Amino acid sequence: MRVFLRRQRYLLEYSLASLARHPGKYVLLLLVYSLLVFLLASVLLFSQALHRETEVLLADAPEILVQRLLAGRPVPVPAAYLERLQGIRGIREPSGRLWGLFYDPIVRANYTMLVPQTPEIPAGEIQIGRGIARSRGLEVGDYLSLRNASGATQAWRVAALLDGEAELVNQDLILMNTADFRQFFGYPEGRFTDLVLRVPNEREQATIAEKIVRILPDTRPILRSELLRTYSALFSWRQGLIFLILLGVLLAFVILAWDRASGLSSEERREIGLLKALGWETSDLLRMKFWEGAVLSLSAFLLGDLLAYAHVFFFGAGLFAPVLQGWAVLYPQFHPKPFIDGFQIATLFFFTVFPYTVATIVPIWRAAIADPDEIMR
Amino acid sequence: MIRLENVCKLYNQGQHNEVRAIWELSLQLAPNQITVFRGPSGSGKSTLLALIGCLTRPTRGRIWLEGELLSNLPERFMTQVRRETFGFIFQRFNLIRGMTVLENLLVPAYPLAPPYSRLRARAMELLHQFRLADRAHNKAEWLSGGEAQRTAICRALINDPKILIADEPTANLDRQLSREFMGYLEGLQAEGKTVLISSHDPLVFERPGIARIVALCDGRLCLKEE
Ligand SMILES: Nc1ncnc2c1ncn2[C@@H]1O[C@H](COP(=O)(O)OP(=O)(O)O)[C@@H](O)[C@H]1O
Ligand SMILES: [Mg+2]
Repeated sequence: MRVFLRRQRYLLEYSLASLARHPGKYVLLLLVYSLLVFLLASVLLFSQALHRETEVLLADAPEILVQRLLAGRPVPVPAAYLERLQGIRGIREPSGRLWGLFYDPIVRANYTMLVPQTPEIPAGEIQIGRGIARSRGLEVGDYLSLRNASGATQAWRVAALLDGEAELVNQDLILMNTADFRQFFGYPEGRFTDLVLRVPNEREQATIAEKIVRILPDTRPILRSELLRTYSALFSWRQGLIFLILLGVLLAFVILAWDRASGLSSEERREIGLLKALGWETSDLLRMKFWEGAVLSLSAFLLGDLLAYAHVFFFGAGLFAPVLQGWAVLYPQFHPKPFIDGFQIATLFFFTVFPYTVATIVPIWRAAIADPDEIMR
Repeated sequence: MIRLENVCKLYNQGQHNEVRAIWELSLQLAPNQITVFRGPSGSGKSTLLALIGCLTRPTRGRIWLEGELLSNLPERFMTQVRRETFGFIFQRFNLIRGMTVLENLLVPAYPLAPPYSRLRARAMELLHQFRLADRAHNKAEWLSGGEAQRTAICRALINDPKILIADEPTANLDRQLSREFMGYLEGLQAEGKTVLISSHDPLVFERPGIARIVALCDGRLCLKEE
């Protein structure tokens, strides 16, 4: 056992010395390798962070949202609908929401205006998302004035900036008072944009949705679980696109590694022959080369992964954000909470270190099983 | 004792460029002697040494070492015999560039994995014996021809093999260094080693310490052996 361990140590030392003897050969490989890991890890981390943020966002959302449709388009819901919902067993806290979109021609962007349920915002005040604050140059205490539906200018004092957990979605949000909202949009009294209600028992949700449609045939209930699925599908689709591109990069990398290794320089081939002639077994050679590859791929993996971590969590994933977020109108600065996912790291490890190791070991194995008598010539 | 019986070695067997490097060769070699294989270039000297030294297997025929049949051994055992029985000195020395003299010496010992302190002590002892102690930490590529040659001898001796194999060892040396080299080999023979040399250099096979000269012609023994 001690001899076995010592043998491994000698082989490892030889590999390290060998890496040190050919710095030029390995630096390029290390760079390309790290870059690949960096790209793959960035996509993985970023899309997973998006998933998490969305889940956080939807976590407090009501289980069911009810819209009223007219000719297939959502229209204001009469307050009377609320009372009719009250009769359904299993429903809690039904309430009407007021929200709308406003196009601000100055920054050429849409704002989402919303009346929060609690706490109520005093008349004449608003709370705004950081995206709006940035683009309009607003700070707490400043005034924002916009032209309302009847053509008059309406002004609010900025009482606070929003920084929710899901920064991505809070960017373009303006929270305001009910009366201000109705005045601004000319929204009819006694009507809501949509209704929300809680259904604590998850298994009842589908049946309750059916009942709602029966009682109020001109409405459409939307389940939170469906929303989550839609978001996930959207993210996955975009992520898939990027992965397709990265697959190409991965392939190129494997070819590079293969080429480097199978185009074993005559010097390397000679060294393998020499070591074998001097009494190294094929397994010793493979193990030595395996260590060499392991050291290389582990350092590349660590380097790439750390860079990706910093890229996504500390630099807002600057490289991918435009592709993966896309829909946001005000360009959000995305600062998700850092997390470490063991499974993800394992996946990434498998998809980078494994192909590299195979790509390099095979040609070395072919050189190592040959008779070493070539060394005599 | 080494015994070869009807040994053939073909390269590119069955193809149009088939080469009979060694053909139906039978031979016995006594231990603790210096034996020189002479013959023109291409006569099969290197191939024969490679066969004896377990670097390759004969296409046909059998080879015994101390009564043990080598030619049928599986690869692993062949490597083991090679590691424990033979020390090689190659024509081009084949030191590994970028590694120091000392590191080059240790390479054949790695698979045996002796404790480092013992291994290093043995290496330094050899370096002293061959006047290389002050070169221990020099890179192999900066050595003079004579130093490289002595380093090659030290490396061949690191595992204390019974048989030394030297393939055209003087081809890259001047007369002075060649003589010095033969002196070393004669000294090792006197210590009890069996030495097998291939050469077509008269300076080698005209040395008095040589017990036997085997002449090769086109992969066979020449008709009259000296
Ligand atoms: N790997 C090989 N492939 C093909 N031919 C070879 C190979 N090795 C040796 N030969 C041929 O075998 C013959 C004997 O070679 P070798 O043993 O090197 O002779 P020597 O060492 O006496 O010069 C030569 O004709 C050589 O070209
Ligand atoms: Mg030769």
